[in-house]
Amino acid sequence: MTGRVWAIGEPEADGMTRLSTEVATLARRIAEAAGREAVGLVVEVDAGTAATRLADFVPRVIAVDAIAAADRPWAAVAAPLIAEIVGGDGPAWIVIGATPDGHDLAGMLAVLLDAGVLSTATDAAWDPTDGLVVEMSVLGGRAITSCTFTGDRGIVVLRPNAVDAEPAPAPGSVERSTATAAAMPTVTIIDRVASDAGAVPIEEARIIVTGGRGVGGPGGFDLVAELAELLGGTVGATRAAVDSGWIPYARQVGQTGKTVKPALYLALGVSGALQHKVGMQTAGAIVAVNRDPDAPLAAFADLYVVGDLFEVGPALAAELRSRRG
Amino acid sequence: MRIVVLAKPVPDTTGSERLGPDMRLDRGSAPTIVNPNDEHAVEQALRLVEAVGGEVTLLTMAPPNATEMIRKALAMGATRGVLVTDPALEGACALATAKVLAAALATLEFDLVLAGIDTSDGGAGIVAAAIATLRGLPYLSHATAVEVADGRVRVRRVAPGGHDVIEAQLPALVAVTRMVGDPRYATLKGIMAARSKQIATIGLGGLGLHEAELGGAAATTRVLRARVPAARGATRVVRAPATEAAHEIVEFLVERRLV
Repeated sequence: MTGRVWAIGEPEADGMTRLSTEVATLARRIAEAAGREAVGLVVEVDAGTAATRLADFVPRVIAVDAIAAADRPWAAVAAPLIAEIVGGDGPAWIVIGATPDGHDLAGMLAVLLDAGVLSTATDAAWDPTDGLVVEMSVLGGRAITSCTFTGDRGIVVLRPNAVDAEPAPAPGSVERSTATAAAMPTVTIIDRVASDAGAVPIEEARIIVTGGRGVGGPGGFDLVAELAELLGGTVGATRAAVDSGWIPYARQVGQTGKTVKPALYLALGVSGALQHKVGMQTAGAIVAVNRDPDAPLAAFADLYVVGDLFEVGPALAAELRSRRG
Repeated sequence: MRIVVLAKPVPDTTGSERLGPDMRLDRGSAPTIVNPNDEHAVEQALRLVEAVGGEVTLLTMAPPNATEMIRKALAMGATRGVLVTDPALEGACALATAKVLAAALATLEFDLVLAGIDTSDGGAGIVAAAIATLRGLPYLSHATAVEVADGRVRVRRVAPGGHDVIEAQLPALVAVTRMVGDPRYATLKGIMAARSKQIATIGLGGLGLHEAELGGAAATTRVLRARVPAARGATRVVRAPATEAAHEIVEFLVERRLV
């Protein structure tokens, strides 16, 4: 079977997102099983650094320097260049990370390459009978569907934390592309505002400590942030906490926020209403502290502490601190 | 200003939604609502025309009974609805949906298109970007605020660690998050007015499209099978003084190798 499996690396300030390493790992595994070649693709103002990192995970990486990415949304710059490289190359599966930019890119590439998209995938594997079988969590985690592409091109949008990144036995080669396709219709970035700088995006975090209405106010998030720091995680929030102005929207987990799959989800003062549950119920472990013994979370948390988060939280912080020594 | 809002009917998140025998969402299994993020797009559109004048057209691709959902959004204050419906579209994939909506957009006059950033029924979150690409429109996504002035649209876009301010010439397509503003409730007057508002219905033929390329039978993706995920284990409930409860949490984290 001919064709390639493409892993799209998504750049970030100091290199490349961790999700990109998961994307590349999955692309390599699919390629090995299907007898295809896995190729990484990085588009960035200076793609070199990210391309070298991606080459730890796939045998070959193509780096595309794109000066336009300096002041344009990344997907609009990357999509035509990726389409130029992949488009002339026959059958192709393309793996992209499920980030805001990744979804934009997938939508654009679907059109430019006339390829189907299977979105928010949790796994993908080659099967000699069915072809590329992509698993997706649907209905807010209550069902898992296995899907495939009907044509010879397909785009898989991979959720963070679904695949364990694993470097290849030997680093791959990096080459430069001369692709020149112009960006999509002009959208200009006129300002970049860092209000939540340094924080790990919640979709990518392995550990999330979430505050809900029960934290009572912006001050309550100090405790949430302290526990997140002690656990090496990041801060999440419910819609109620965001609507109260206690924390930025980018932290919201749930139906109108982000869907997350961390290894640990620690929920403080969170009731676990259905709209929240659909965004976090596939987490590896769910621990909750809530005064209400009958909150919906009590029905699906792994460990449910009935208690006051302002007593249990500081006690937990103290014990974690003493463990750290 | 003429604004088109892409609005999709979705099942309400009630916990009763399920997959049908064809392993696609059984759309009869829960009451139908306007996709929550699309409702925010309608609200944004209404605020813009309230500020600068104009009209709001709702564009929907769905089965014929979607007129009920369209009336709900018309009751909020939108001007008219356009429903693209065709039996051949059952089972259409995300790319086909984008192609159909892009073709329908070509029949409308507009300065701005608004859409919700994703749909609550497990949508791929790629349709708006695909439509912008098909129509050659600037695409501004993940908007938390939208302003229009001097023939340009300016958007605050969610970015890692903050936000970007991005701008483009109109016409453009903007995909919004719920942060653009909470949808208003329909007033009784609005509900009454919606009854006489026009909802135009178009089929694939009316758009010059062919079933062979865009129908469910030509979908680019196919469901092979569906299963129920392994159930989470039983909940361990702890009722104990704070230090003991905290200790239980740490024990659990150690057991799961999370600390």
